[in-house]
Amino acid sequence: MKARVHVMLKTGVLDPQGEAVRHALGALGFDGVEGVRQGKVIELDLAEGTTEATVKEMCEKLLANTVIESYTIELG
Amino acid sequence: MKAAVIVFPGSNCDRDLQVALKRAGADVQMIWHKDTELPAGIDLVAVPGGFSFGDYLRCGAIAANSPICRSLIKHVERGGYALGICNGFQVLTETGLLPGALRRNAGLKYICKPVQLRVEACESDYLVGYEAGQEVTVPIAHHDGNYYVDDAKLAQLQGEGRIAFSYVDNPNGSVADIAGVVSKNRRVLGMMPHPERMAEPSHGGTDGKAMFDGLMSQMALA
Repeated sequence: MKARVHVMLKTGVLDPQGEAVRHALGALGFDGVEGVRQGKVIELDLAEGTTEATVKEMCEKLLANTVIESYTIELG
Repeated sequence: MKAAVIVFPGSNCDRDLQVALKRAGADVQMIWHKDTELPAGIDLVAVPGGFSFGDYLRCGAIAANSPICRSLIKHVERGGYALGICNGFQVLTETGLLPGALRRNAGLKYICKPVQLRVEACESDYLVGYEAGQEVTVPIAHHDGNYYVDDAKLAQLQGEGRIAFSYVDNPNGSVADIAGVVSKNRRVLGMMPHPERMAEPSHGGTDGKAMFDGLMSQMALA
């Protein structure tokens, strides 16, 4: 089975990379881009039967730094 | 004082830190990250700068989960001293031994230059060689030194006098110009600037030396 973990900086934590991308889009002539947030996607190949709770524990212990990042888990 | 410098794959300031500690009079051992136990009788564990594990995932995240860091956490829980410089600071925040996190620099650039720091009114054995309010010149060399804590934690750090160093001219966007913080028991210090690179005249200055000498003098009293 597969799990996909999305890690994003929390709302309110300034994302300088997202800001740079927003400026670059503006410079290319894309008007109206009001915000860009950049995160990461981590794909996991897991043994069948791995629970969401286990993936959550992976996120809390390693995959995300919950001081500044939030995460969502997609199973399947 | 007996000190251990932890070496990770990608550490590159480990020997500089070893030299600075030795010149201050410490007995220094280098400890590989796969070791599971610190040698007996270690007073200070020093986590050096560099790019442990290539900064993969997040700076310091993989190192913080290495076998030796479990022993480091126990050492701190027993009241031991720990010093994290640059990548070492990132590792200490990732272990949870220090609050906050280090984000990408606000200007998105790697910055390598001497900066002015203000020594804050922070009671700590690391700072006895300085006067509160003193300004010192110490180099920084990082891409991810933009310190973050939320407002509540910042108020707590300020209220408890746990900010050790701040930038006179904030180079990286750090919250409240913070360059270094100490733990609640004041025995763990994390800082982005490199005092070990400003510890003898041939480095271009000696403002970092007072930190190692001051810590040694306190250890001698203990």
